[in-house]
Amino acid sequence: MTKGEQPTMDPSDSKKPEPIDRTLAGRLVLLAIAMFGFGFLLVPIYDVFCEITGLGGKTNDVAFTVEESVEQDRTVQLGFVTTVNGYAPWEFSAEVEEMAIHPGGIYEATFIATNLTDEFKTAQAVPSVAPSQAAKYFKKLECFCFTTQEFMPGETKEMPVRFIVESDLPDYIDTITLSYTFFDTARQTDTVAAAGLNTH
Amino acid sequence: MTSAVMDAHHSEAHHEPAKGIKRWLYATNHKDIGTMYLVLSLVMFLTGGVMALIIRSELFQPGLQFIAPNVFNQMTTMHALVMVFGAVMPAFVGLANWMIPLMIGAPDMALPRMNNWSFWILPFAFLMLVSTFFMPGGAPASGWTMYPPLVLQTGDAFPFLIFSVHLLGISSIMGAINIIVTIVNMRAPDMSLLKMPMFVWTWLITAYLLLAVMPVLAGAVTMLLTDQFFGTSFFLAAGGGDPVMYQHIFWFFGHPEVYILILPAFGVVSEIIPTFARKPLFGHDSMVYAASSIAFLSFIVWAHHMFTVGMPLTGQLFFMFSTMLIAVPTGVKIFNWVATMWRGAMTFETPMLFSLAILFLFTIGGFSGLMLAIVPADIQYHDSYFVVAHFHYVLVPGSVFAIMAAVYYWLPKWTGHMYNEKLGKVHFWLSTVFINVTFFPMHFLGLAGMPRRIPDYSTQFTDFNAIASVGAVGYGLSQLLFVYVVVQCVRGKGEKASSEVWDNPKGLEWTVPSPAPYHTFEVPPKISSSSTFS
Repeated sequence: MTKGEQPTMDPSDSKKPEPIDRTLAGRLVLLAIAMFGFGFLLVPIYDVFCEITGLGGKTNDVAFTVEESVEQDRTVQLGFVTTVNGYAPWEFSAEVEEMAIHPGGIYEATFIATNLTDEFKTAQAVPSVAPSQAAKYFKKLECFCFTTQEFMPGETKEMPVRFIVESDLPDYIDTITLSYTFFDTARQTDTVAAAGLNTH
Repeated sequence: MTSAVMDAHHSEAHHEPAKGIKRWLYATNHKDIGTMYLVLSLVMFLTGGVMALIIRSELFQPGLQFIAPNVFNQMTTMHALVMVFGAVMPAFVGLANWMIPLMIGAPDMALPRMNNWSFWILPFAFLMLVSTFFMPGGAPASGWTMYPPLVLQTGDAFPFLIFSVHLLGISSIMGAINIIVTIVNMRAPDMSLLKMPMFVWTWLITAYLLLAVMPVLAGAVTMLLTDQFFGTSFFLAAGGGDPVMYQHIFWFFGHPEVYILILPAFGVVSEIIPTFARKPLFGHDSMVYAASSIAFLSFIVWAHHMFTVGMPLTGQLFFMFSTMLIAVPTGVKIFNWVATMWRGAMTFETPMLFSLAILFLFTIGGFSGLMLAIVPADIQYHDSYFVVAHFHYVLVPGSVFAIMAAVYYWLPKWTGHMYNEKLGKVHFWLSTVFINVTFFPMHFLGLAGMPRRIPDYSTQFTDFNAIASVGAVGYGLSQLLFVYVVVQCVRGKGEKASSEVWDNPKGLEWTVPSPAPYHTFEVPPKISSSSTFS
């Protein structure tokens, strides 16, 4: 079409336009729905990815059984860190702050938690290992973090974790930190809501 | 929406638009819907602008002057949500509605009733979002990224925030489907894909990006909703979830989203520069491939937003290099625009001025983006005002300037009258000067260590903050001039525009009269070599 010329009504052109291809619109709707599903699929993908690589310091969350030979001539320092989430009324600490271990040996550490309120409480401890490269070699044989713990008003509990650091731990790792964060599970949503309102 | 609708349209072809409010409520005409999108966008732009000015007033001096810290956080959060979802995205969808059928020789959008719905969702979604200011606990204040666990502390506004994001997503998805179906099915018979104008091309790519990532955002905010109210633990560590996972899912949406905001702007610039350089766009096909590469790369760079949350070295390297790779296709585009102007017979009307400013200022934003991509540097820059400077340089003199350039460029086609060129140029120079006064000092603030999203700051940052605030007020007031120029043009104050408007522009939209009749291209146009550049 030359410049400025109007589209003209040529009789041979005036046939009806082709009907719109509705299958394309349908496919695009399906694509949108599939991508909504993909968003949720990212959740298991993320977990599997972290499990395989040990990223995020995630460790096993079911009991692990293993027979390993102890490497007596190699020592790794293991430190314990304890945190209570969101200023909840708990006391939570490790019995010892640090221990020296040999890869391949089975050890036990004890953590102590006290419910400072006069109410019945449930709590969940979430572990994390740093550096994250060590996470997949840190195997828990038994842990209070596998299940939620119940506390009577004012109760103090000693909670054991039995673990092994596998002997194929890379040589450059000589210090490992095991961290537990203690969450008050029953009041999780309530505390959050209350915190939200209190800020205003 | 099949032949039945098309037939109905055909027989009604010469009917005048309905009178009064019904014309707008029941609108199926692409021009009416495009106009409504653009008006909504302008309203939201001014709303978000007022929030920006409140932020800048508070930051004019150190200490707390006008608003409480919590209100400040609400302002930064809502400013971002309103500008991204309310101003920039609807403006580009409005331009797409108006121009894509005119540019490909189609009588209307393919799915006109869905088009009506995807527009009319928006005002209600924003009404819901803005109404949260009056709720107990106030508006969302967790930042527009809505990171848990902080966002879960939002007061009563929380479910309203989530539902308005859902509605905005549904609207965008429907708009995207409509645009793809229109472009794929309704081009003039001789218009092959590679003959399409660049604005149509960039919108086709953008629409696919929207379809791919808006549902992922909907999924992420749905998980927030169920975490808060239905006892799930997607992002709650106590139940075995992980708040960092939210950031991964959000930025899987968020990074393609920034290209959703800029690709149509690239398309606008690719239309305007050839017209005022009086030369064909240099490297049309390479522009298409560059835009497609940018779209593909946008899916594999998301974690560069989260270098500081912790990532293994290989992850950091991958996301750093893939991010830097985006500079290559972007550089191709910048090079092609410059090559288009090379030895062109250039004139500097307002749309061209805005396009040239985009070339300079968007590139500054691109370079600061490259700096942020460098992992060791990013650990210093992260969450500082350097980041604020970076994304405002790409969004304001990138996307917003492109929208204004497009409005000046096509306004005579829409209204049949020329805008006031002199005032347009004044608006351009005021905007360009003040935008730099506002955002350039933020680079220095960020490098000196001023964190973003804070209502108060250390006294050594005072001078640059004062300069930025003065620039923001100047930029804000200059936009009133833009509103005045547009309103005067719509009221028919300017001289009559010819159907070509500019000096021999290329493209089918210039073959219809100005103002464009209510119904155009009821018969598909024939394309001759002179009406397109490629």
